[in-house]
Amino acid sequence: MSSQLYLSSSPHVYAGDRTEQIMRGVIYALLPACGVAVYFFGLPALVTLALATFGCVGFEAACQKAMKQPVTVKDGSAALTGILLALNLPPNAPWWLTLLGAFVAIVISKQIYGGLGYNPFNPALVARVVLLISFPVQMTRWTAPAPLFSGIDAVSTATPLGQAKESVMLTGSLPSSMQGGMGDFLLGNMAGCLGEVSALALLLGGAYLLVRRIITWHIPVAYLGSTVVLAGIFWLVDGSRYPDPLFHLLTGGLMLGALFMATDMVTSPITGRGQIVYGIGCGILTVLIRLFGGYPEGVSFAILLMNAATPLIDRYTQPTKFGYVETKA
Amino acid sequence: MSVAMKNLKTFPGGLHPPDNKQWSADKPIEDCPMPDELVIPLAQHIGAPAEACVEAGELVKKGQLVGTAKGFVSVPIHASTSGEVVAVEPRPHPMGKALPAVVIKPDGEDAWLPGLQGGDPASLSPVELRDRIRDAGIVGMGGATFPAHVKLSPPEDKPIDTLILNGVECEPYLTADHRLMLERPEAILGGIAILQKILGVKRTCIGIEANKPDAIEQLTAATSDLPIEVVPLQVKYPQGAEKQLILAITGREVPSGGLPMDVGVVVQNVGTCTAIDDAVRRGLPLVERIATITGPGVVEPKNLRIRVGTSLQYLVDQCGGLKGEPAKIIMGGPMMGMAQLSLDVPATRGTSGLLLFTSENVPVRPEGPCLRCGRCVRACPARILPTTIAAYARLDLTDEAEAYHAMDCIECGCCTYSCPAALPLVQAIRGAKGAILAKRRKG
Repeated sequence: MSSQLYLSSSPHVYAGDRTEQIMRGVIYALLPACGVAVYFFGLPALVTLALATFGCVGFEAACQKAMKQPVTVKDGSAALTGILLALNLPPNAPWWLTLLGAFVAIVISKQIYGGLGYNPFNPALVARVVLLISFPVQMTRWTAPAPLFSGIDAVSTATPLGQAKESVMLTGSLPSSMQGGMGDFLLGNMAGCLGEVSALALLLGGAYLLVRRIITWHIPVAYLGSTVVLAGIFWLVDGSRYPDPLFHLLTGGLMLGALFMATDMVTSPITGRGQIVYGIGCGILTVLIRLFGGYPEGVSFAILLMNAATPLIDRYTQPTKFGYVETKA
Repeated sequence: MSVAMKNLKTFPGGLHPPDNKQWSADKPIEDCPMPDELVIPLAQHIGAPAEACVEAGELVKKGQLVGTAKGFVSVPIHASTSGEVVAVEPRPHPMGKALPAVVIKPDGEDAWLPGLQGGDPASLSPVELRDRIRDAGIVGMGGATFPAHVKLSPPEDKPIDTLILNGVECEPYLTADHRLMLERPEAILGGIAILQKILGVKRTCIGIEANKPDAIEQLTAATSDLPIEVVPLQVKYPQGAEKQLILAITGREVPSGGLPMDVGVVVQNVGTCTAIDDAVRRGLPLVERIATITGPGVVEPKNLRIRVGTSLQYLVDQCGGLKGEPAKIIMGGPMMGMAQLSLDVPATRGTSGLLLFTSENVPVRPEGPCLRCGRCVRACPARILPTTIAAYARLDLTDEAEAYHAMDCIECGCCTYSCPAALPLVQAIRGAKGAILAKRRKG
């Protein structure tokens, strides 16, 4: 008879996916967007990505060591936060800004709450917003894409959303001609944060997440759908003042937000019903901030606000338990 | 044969563990030879254990009463072969401790008790039929071992209109019911006729998962002239859980805390059905059953007709012995079966299978924090929030766990199976259920 017999209560078999595989899956899903970022913004993008990733992993390990906790950087969650943070920074972010962001993301908004699974707010978004409010100049110094090997020098420019906002504030209507068309927006040939640029690359990654069943359709569909509907209503009311829904979809951080940031499991509702409510909330807040807020972009604020509402949403969207549905006998 | 996979009935939630039935699904049932000793526990069912009515030294025949039922929710226990009672004493039991058992040394004759007489169900009254079922010691043979006669005695204010035969066998690895449906359809139909007469139902359905197309085909053909529907069901665990099966077939939800009879349904396993047929038509008490001996840890997986009381070690020996070092011995299936301390325990009336895992099948899974990924919530057929209840349970917050409906958990294990953080969710909920029940008893 064997010397080692395991005694545990059922079940005795388990599904394959582990936490680290989920994290790795999301990282794989972000690779196309990272690739596009490096292509359009060159070496600075690569540096920012590397700094943010290694910064986050380093801060996590240091923090856990300091708190005498087991070091869990192998689960990949810190690396993922780092990549998401980088994708939320402008291409020419100074090194100290990136590292400060990594510190805020990992130490302030994750480890202090107890580490993975216990943070109420999306760490990368908290870092982005802290940096945006504290260092508005550095965080909104946009450059036009200068594709690798194209020989073009990076020139300062505004994001499409920024152009729209400025024009509406100054003249009361949208600019008569925007730099770039929908095709450029789709591919990512426009100014913006590293990860905001290519809707196509992000959609590819999002599709991978759906196929791998790492995320479900609820949050992206509810978020993007409610944005399109609400933006569409404003556009129909006054198309000269409010941009069309497609413009909303393809510019700024919406795709990144709806597919990768709002879908962060830790900070979003746990049931499908709750995720739909949350996604719609994100969409409404995003459109309202974009159209009426002080900032041209509202995705980060919208998601963080809905993160705050997540416990409440969870409470009111519990599934109808088995045996509580009236059926006729 | 075409079982259309689309539009098959099922329930919300659940999941698809690899079924691993291929190892034994094509193996016809073999008679397990006679072991040197049979250890027949007096507690083999839900309810009060039977009380021994034989003493050491007595000679018994196969089918002779060795333990009498104690109360309504209890059943008698019978000798599963002829021979000498060598001891009546506590012996290691699959529940994990030593429990009273009648130990028989077989005489090799395997002679039935003279005078066991079958009857024609048509000439017996429903009450007489039910008494025969009770006296034969028949329990739910899907694994729950609830006394069958209790289910067949609904109070007058709970009219039963539907009988469901459970041929789902949704536990991975197990193929005992599958083989039974292929090899003894006439006994299943015989049992159904008896149950129909006792209950006076309007509708009778046999629910079978679509991964057993041969069984579906065979029973569909066999029931073409009978008032019995064969219902192919989506392959999804736990499709064979009683309440999930009722929902899939009838669209009725057994109310929280209620029983199938609350929605006019009685469910019996197909194995129970053949035992009922044997009891009534042939007069035979329940002393043997079909069990699947399988898993990566046995040389040759088989479906065996086993005598109650046969040791697990003997069953493994009949399947070519152990393959490699066993790391886990599971009585029943991998999702709800019970891990055993050793192979030196007897198979009982509820032993639907014996599953042997080697160390490769017992992964080391360090627990991590809950990611709130929601997989347990999506998989939960009770539609409760497993991770939330488990979190309360771990903090001993019994009232909160109860408020989140811990008592509605059916312990199918889907939550733990699906958890990427390897959290022991169903285990924590089981703990909470125990604490809630203890509190209720006190309160």
